[in-house]
Amino acid sequence: MITVKNLVKDFGGKRALDGVDATIHEGEKVVVIGPSGSGKSTFLRCLNLLEKPTSGTVNFEGTDITDPSVDIDKLRQKMGMVFQQFNLFPHLSVMENITLAPVMLGKMDKQQAEEKAKTLLSRIGLLDKAQSYPKQLSGGQQQRIAIVRALAMDPDVMLFDEPTSALDPEMVGEVLELMKELAKEGMTMVVVTHEMGFAREVATRVIFMDEGKILEENEPRAFFSEPRCDRLKDFLSKVL
Amino acid sequence: MQQFLDWLNGHFAAFGQSFYDNLIRDDRWKLILEGFGNTLFIAAVATLIGILLGVVVGIIRVSHAQSGKYKILNAICGVYLTVIRGTPVVVQLMILYYIVFASAPLEASIYVAALSFGINSGAYVAEIIRAGILSIDRGQTEAGRSLGLSQGQTMRKIVLPQAIKNILPALFNEFIVLLKETSVAGYVGIRDLTKASDIIRSRTWSAFFPLLTIALIYLVVVVGLTKVQKIIERRLSQSDNR
Repeated sequence: MITVKNLVKDFGGKRALDGVDATIHEGEKVVVIGPSGSGKSTFLRCLNLLEKPTSGTVNFEGTDITDPSVDIDKLRQKMGMVFQQFNLFPHLSVMENITLAPVMLGKMDKQQAEEKAKTLLSRIGLLDKAQSYPKQLSGGQQQRIAIVRALAMDPDVMLFDEPTSALDPEMVGEVLELMKELAKEGMTMVVVTHEMGFAREVATRVIFMDEGKILEENEPRAFFSEPRCDRLKDFLSKVL
Repeated sequence: MQQFLDWLNGHFAAFGQSFYDNLIRDDRWKLILEGFGNTLFIAAVATLIGILLGVVVGIIRVSHAQSGKYKILNAICGVYLTVIRGTPVVVQLMILYYIVFASAPLEASIYVAALSFGINSGAYVAEIIRAGILSIDRGQTEAGRSLGLSQGQTMRKIVLPQAIKNILPALFNEFIVLLKETSVAGYVGIRDLTKASDIIRSRTWSAFFPLLTIALIYLVVVVGLTKVQKIIERRLSQSDNR
């Protein structure tokens, strides 16, 4: 579904990604971990071109999205993204947050979009908040709505950029729970996170990054119990 | 005591006579009214031109800074901002009137003035808009783009509606400055409010009533504008529901 080849990203002389190759298949749940500054967020943001790679290619469903002639807006409709800071639109109600993109992009008419939003909201138990504004909700509620907002576009893959890092500890659970449900339903997911428990439980594959490179990847049980490279052993000994 | 009262009385009489001479006699108040109309017209049209120019220039500048697009347009905008902010508005007005539109008929001069003040205001509005857009967190743009909205759609539906609130005070400040700056329109022979008071003063040889009258009129309009600003600000914060 997504094939990344020799991806390099420089930020004004500093190399954030240093030749990353990766393939994400349909239905996979790939969790990316690594120390801060390892390039894992940059990697994720290159997948939907929020960050423009310096060189290398990202192929999504048969299209090289780094090709400047590609209509990236069209492709992004198929790639949902969830941010660390939620990034809900504060001037719009929860309902408007969810229906804005599908209606504006002609995916559904207003009525269909609102029906869909209601279904999604009742699924996460927040139907009664449809007319509320983001500022009136807790962080956990906001993040779950941000996930639902991305789902309203019926994406083929969901990208999560440290979705629980900005949350109060007691709110982390509800967001992870929703992500687990999504995983169970077969959604293809790429998750950058520090939640090792989530990685262990949900991931079909775990990737370890440091200094802009993928140093190790494996299925979760072996990844955590038999790490091969020293850098990963060192990292796991500190976070587990 | 009596002397003092006579003295006072005399002064009041002179005062009344001066009021009559300056504002009532020969329908001089009509001159002021006409000037006031011209001032309002110039300010209103210039405000519209300024907003239009400012929004376009401001968005081009931000878009260029964020995506590197519109290189040539951005360079043109840069020159525009430098020239307009680097020269006095009255000089710009005279250049437009005496050089660019030198052959325009006399009746058109008020339109030339409106255009000139509009072009001037646009430069300041552009910077206000730019600052307002930059005040909105980048994550808002990223969230919009990640959903598949184009840069234009994201700007229209997500960034600008939020930026408006931050922009409003500075924008109204600019409107107020603009209204008062139109007082130099007399330099190119337009009978605006200030020019009207000049004309009266040159006929009556007294400055008190003509000047204080127009000062009061400017003041009332500015106070009114400030009221409008407050109302809009309250509306925006209501829909915000915070």
